[in-house]
Amino acid sequence: MKSERVAAIVGVAESDLGKTPGKNVLQLQAQAAKLALEDAGLTKHDVDAIFTAGNWAWAPNLMLAEYLGIQPKYTDSTNIGGSSFEAHVGHAAAGIKAGLFDVALITYGSTNRTKPTNSSFQSPLTAQYEIPYGLPTPVGAYALAATRHMHQYGTTSEQLAEIAVATRKWATLNEKAYMREPIEIADVLNSRFIAEPLHLLDCCLVSDGGGAVIVASNKVASKLKKKPVWILGHGESHSHNTITNMPDLTMTSARESGKAAFEMAGISHHEIDVAEIYDSFTITVLLTLEALGFCQPGEGGAFVSGQRTAPGGDFPMNTNGGGLSYCHPGMYGIFLLIEAVRQLRGECDVRQVSDANLALVHGTGGVLSSTSTVILGRD
Amino acid sequence: MIKDLIKSGIDEESKPYWDGLIDHKLLIQQCEDCQQSIFYPRSICPHCFSGQLSWFQANGTGSIYSFTIVHQGYGPFKGEPPYVVGIVELDEGVRMMTRIIGDKDEISIGKRVSVVYKEVEEDFVLPYFQLIA
Ligand SMILES: [Zn+2]
Repeated sequence: MKSERVAAIVGVAESDLGKTPGKNVLQLQAQAAKLALEDAGLTKHDVDAIFTAGNWAWAPNLMLAEYLGIQPKYTDSTNIGGSSFEAHVGHAAAGIKAGLFDVALITYGSTNRTKPTNSSFQSPLTAQYEIPYGLPTPVGAYALAATRHMHQYGTTSEQLAEIAVATRKWATLNEKAYMREPIEIADVLNSRFIAEPLHLLDCCLVSDGGGAVIVASNKVASKLKKKPVWILGHGESHSHNTITNMPDLTMTSARESGKAAFEMAGISHHEIDVAEIYDSFTITVLLTLEALGFCQPGEGGAFVSGQRTAPGGDFPMNTNGGGLSYCHPGMYGIFLLIEAVRQLRGECDVRQVSDANLALVHGTGGVLSSTSTVILGRD
Repeated sequence: MIKDLIKSGIDEESKPYWDGLIDHKLLIQQCEDCQQSIFYPRSICPHCFSGQLSWFQANGTGSIYSFTIVHQGYGPFKGEPPYVVGIVELDEGVRMMTRIIGDKDEISIGKRVSVVYKEVEEDFVLPYFQLIA
């Protein structure tokens, strides 16, 4: 059974991306929010719910809402890392379904490249059992997962490189992407190791940038000029905080968040036309495809081989060029949503996936710690 | 200084663990109700929520669950790479992050390891692990 069409994404926008010296995180969010509202055909006076996440203020919602001049009747600053914004979409849909508000503004902004914010808290608490060993975070944690996956299933560095190469091909089709020079598998394998088995080109970019997503009730969405992109299903979970405490280094909580999203949407995997999957590292994607059930555990390497996720492949994925090649300001999840909406609206020009009716968006946060999955569809 | 990175986190809950290492003892906890071993130190059992936890000395042996050779150091670790950070599963059933020392070419998942007490700074000892010959 198809899910009820209660809430939709009606507006999306990025701020300036890449390097944005001289702009702070509030400017980036304001810029994206204004553009997303224009995209939706709404104004800031229509916004009655605020969602953001970041470590740039002790209470980011307070600072942002004051800066924007918005007094919300619903507010949510859920921060579970890079997957926060998929969770925000889920929470916004639930709040709209409960009749609590009509228009939610979800924003993100980061100056991770030119002016990283200080995220050191007073006490490391449970991180004290990891910090003294010098594991570079987050890449080292993902490297531990990759080593384990290779040991358990025979996954190879070439298979991981397939993801980086395919994603770069999409980036060549997106003028907003930061890295647009085509690469080969050998380029990935010959790039220097950061933490074995992950090479530099297995890792996402470090960028500045922001984004905004507007979620509206059916009542509001149906009056707007652009076609709504319906939120058909969503799910979220988290399994651990420190990588040492991940129950199984080869299986993320995408298994749970994905199952919840698919069940709510009432659709099956083969119906997904385009997938936007968090790619902080190549291994993130491989583990996620398995955990979501697009293939069996251990089959992720084969699934992505032969450039299946590249333009023209059977499984179009990360069509904006991803965190690996387009932009990655630290918490990338909002950009997955923006791209999925543009694909479903048919706004993607040379990188448009034909007949894109259903999209899966999946965020991963922390050190494979949190996951949230959103399934979107057009009329 | 490595200890400086975490010293604000050393409190009543974690102090027995850190003090044990100075005495070359690897102390972990056990739940008196469900009998499961627990690491890192807590005041409540994450398996059954019992508050009855006691400290005991682990055997100091286990096997490698995963590892990575780090090539990009940072902060106090900047000059050190390459070095091996691993997750070891102790025979008592808990996992901990550690450094795995010795011949890097010999390190692989599943291999048996034993604890080595490494005084990285004065009065700051870390439980590193080495392959059991
Ligand atoms: Zn217990």
